[in-house]
Amino acid sequence: MREWLQNVWEGFFTVLVGMRITWRHLFTKSVTLQYPSEKWPLPPRTRMRLFMKYEDCIGCGQCVRACPVSCISMETEKRPSDAKPIWASTGHAIKLDVTAFDIDMSLCCYCNLCVYPCPTFCIYMTPDYEFATRDLTEHLYRFAKPDAVFLTENPKKKPEADPKPGASPAGASGT
Amino acid sequence: MSSPAAGWAHDWDEDGLDTDEMVLNVGPQHPATHGVLRLELRTDGEIVRAARPHIGYLHRCFEKHAENVDYPGVMPYADRMDYVASMGNTLGFALTVERLMGIDPSPYVQTIRVLMAELQRIASHAVAVGTYTMDIGAFTPFLHLLRDREKILDLFEWTCGARLLYNYNWVGGVSHDLPDGFIRAARDFLREFDSVTFPELLDLIIHNKIFVKRIANVGVCTPELAISYDLTGPNLRGSGLPRDLRKDAPYSSYQQYDFEVAVGAGQYGPVGSCYDRNWVRVVEMRESSKIVHQALDRLETMEKADVHETVPKRVKPPKGEIYFRSEAPRGQLGFYLVSDGGINPYRLKVKSPCFTAMSVFHHLARGMMIADVIALIGSLDIVLGEIDR
Amino acid sequence: MEATYAILVRWFPEVAGWPAWAIAVLSAALPALACFTFVSLGPIVYVYAERKISAFMQDRLGPMRVGPYGVLQTIADTIKLLFKEAVFPRGVDRKLFVVAPLLVNVGAFLPFVVIPWGARLQPADLNVGIFYVSAISAISTVGLIMAGWASNNKYALFGAMRSAAQIVSYEIPSLLIILVPVMIVGSLSLQDLVLAQQGGLSRWFLFRYFPLMPVAFVCFFVAALAETNRAPFDIPEAESELVAGFHTEYSGFFFSLFFLAEYTEMFVVSAVASVLFLGGYLAPHPWLQQLGPLPLGWFWLWFKAWALVFVMMWLRWTVPRARVDQLMYIAWKVLLPISLGLVLVVGALVLGPSTANGFSWDRWVGWPLTLLVVGFLFTVMVRALLWNRSRGRDLGASGSPSPVQVWR
Repeated sequence: MREWLQNVWEGFFTVLVGMRITWRHLFTKSVTLQYPSEKWPLPPRTRMRLFMKYEDCIGCGQCVRACPVSCISMETEKRPSDAKPIWASTGHAIKLDVTAFDIDMSLCCYCNLCVYPCPTFCIYMTPDYEFATRDLTEHLYRFAKPDAVFLTENPKKKPEADPKPGASPAGASGT
Repeated sequence: MSSPAAGWAHDWDEDGLDTDEMVLNVGPQHPATHGVLRLELRTDGEIVRAARPHIGYLHRCFEKHAENVDYPGVMPYADRMDYVASMGNTLGFALTVERLMGIDPSPYVQTIRVLMAELQRIASHAVAVGTYTMDIGAFTPFLHLLRDREKILDLFEWTCGARLLYNYNWVGGVSHDLPDGFIRAARDFLREFDSVTFPELLDLIIHNKIFVKRIANVGVCTPELAISYDLTGPNLRGSGLPRDLRKDAPYSSYQQYDFEVAVGAGQYGPVGSCYDRNWVRVVEMRESSKIVHQALDRLETMEKADVHETVPKRVKPPKGEIYFRSEAPRGQLGFYLVSDGGINPYRLKVKSPCFTAMSVFHHLARGMMIADVIALIGSLDIVLGEIDR
Repeated sequence: MEATYAILVRWFPEVAGWPAWAIAVLSAALPALACFTFVSLGPIVYVYAERKISAFMQDRLGPMRVGPYGVLQTIADTIKLLFKEAVFPRGVDRKLFVVAPLLVNVGAFLPFVVIPWGARLQPADLNVGIFYVSAISAISTVGLIMAGWASNNKYALFGAMRSAAQIVSYEIPSLLIILVPVMIVGSLSLQDLVLAQQGGLSRWFLFRYFPLMPVAFVCFFVAALAETNRAPFDIPEAESELVAGFHTEYSGFFFSLFFLAEYTEMFVVSAVASVLFLGGYLAPHPWLQQLGPLPLGWFWLWFKAWALVFVMMWLRWTVPRARVDQLMYIAWKVLLPISLGLVLVVGALVLGPSTANGFSWDRWVGWPLTLLVVGFLFTVMVRALLWNRSRGRDLGASGSPSPVQVWR
């Protein structure tokens, strides 16, 4: 009998305690962000869309080897021996012509593994996440530009300390 | 012999289907099965006579992939096994390879790893407890816990760039150092969690009489049964056994932290009930918060090191094999790695805690009502990504 | 009906010359139509309110896109449901399948005939008012079972059987508790029940015979929750267990009919509970009963019923679901003994001469205690309100900042 009374009282009372909490929350400011009219700018390290600066690519293929899902494909040709010497902005000499550099973003798993091996930091992930398309083939990004303008002078003539560590060079622009 | 297989055939006698009994399919698409899991229940009215889970709907050939990519490339795949608690997976794999290669990361890296693993544990248990209470019928605690989980995921996004699948723990180190202001932000979050969210969770649902009455006598797993079915983690601790790899076989400087092992105490019913397993997860959230506080204190006074210091240029473990186990939020996550000296693993086998937790289901589900089956599945805290890999 | 006739004759004098049967039909149909319109528009507001209230309790926003602050959401949902194809799965019994939601709605709408909105504002003042309400509500049970059976679906059948068992079990304590105010008044008519509570807040049945009547009110509320299949007794529509219980196979228009019936029934039981315990259309103080020439009775009843509907919604989002056998336990082993005990004790008190209208007991013991309890609950609520404001101040921003905002 006492147990029965205790059960009934406990059942009633714990419900009231719970109701007090939900009543409090009725007046709490909501945490919903109404996308797309409200957006947060994402932290700079956010790994969203991949970008690759073609003018800095030396065609080493490290990113291709590092990618676990093989979403990067690259074709290179040796530059003819009489071509003007060109440099990347970090001081690396570009010895190969990258004739094709495709990244299939529909395969990309956003793991960031392609970013680290790049010696010139030309490939990096940007915080741009609004790149949905209606056609899946539009996710194949072709970065090779036939009319690219390369640096014809070594920008790091004097030997400097190690190039700056970190993810991206200055100017994290989109496409 | 009383092997599970023998009991199995005895349970499920297709030819002898009684006309009173009904075969109910809690199908792959169901709001409460935590993933694509199919449960075939043979019921007599409301009581379950036999249960047969069907898994494999989410099999993605992780172990085969691991043989074809190099060790850093296995990390993103390892993330995706238990996608709810991804720091635990990568930590386990990174430590496995490091043990094989003989790499010892700096105390700074180890502290960051502990910090991230424990924050991930809070987030993972938030999902587990939240979805469990949602299955039982209380919809509100799920959203409150998810709000706090979002804050943890924001912390992770700030550090390494991703919200759910981080690829953060690398062989030999971690991928990014903590950004400036991280410690303050983490403390802000913990302040709110400790003082508001956690007590509210207890008041709103954990001590609620209806919730207690619903699950306190259901799915009782005795310690002997738990050991014989190889349950680990919160499922084992819910049955009263204080086995925690962070204390029994510490790794990554866990021995320096002061925390208690949460054990099911049977406050409202027999020890080993669904309530106890859930209680263990709730208490573990508080203990993890304690560990995070201690890790943050250590980080403030410790000297910083380069997080890529001990990351090898090429990960090529020597020939050999190793089995390393870590305490993932769902239990003992074991990696058995066989290396032939090359850049790809020769064979990687994963011991998944949810897989063994699932194996006890058919035993416990006998004699329950259908509503209790849902309670049982939720209390085992399974993630199909880890079961199927 | 007489009131309607009087109004009609005043505005349209030629009606007095019409044949008797036409007058009867007209003066019966008009209030019914008015009532039906009012009641049908109700769910539009309830559904929106439920979604918003549940959202705010969960720290979310709820519907915000359709119309300013989402007010047109229900209309959009209704249009969507109407356009959806009404699927008839193979093997269903078509006649029963179609009739079932209609029956459930009949059981939900008909009780409005006797709900008094004012001293003369009532479609029909039956002298068996409250008995009629309980009897008609039971028709919905038949509709539920039909729905489950006709669906040709194991899950739906389960849900229907559970629901039938639940409703039938909870009707008994509900009826017994209805007896308690009826005994005090001595009449089954709802109008008489309200008129017996005249004289201000202290005369409402809730505040008499402390602590018996508050207990009766709570028990009636719990029984009413179970009758309408609301949480914590929403096993029949347990979303996470049986997909959607007895209305699993219904889609489109028929599903919206079930939805409509549920919200209407919620309002009905709340209105009945306010009439029985909270004074019906009476204002807390006689001064507030009229606003000049405009009687405010309808507003007070609506307000009280709405408060109870809000409490029902509040409970739904707070409490987990009870299992079927626990539900039965509560009905038969908790509510039934309590209601039987209440009937006996209150009946004895009503018969005793000194407590015939409970006045001396209430004045010296009941009223102050009730004030204390109400005051305590009130302070708890106000403190909860202020808690949010202080929390914001502590953390330096409104609510708690996300770490992402720290680095900006």
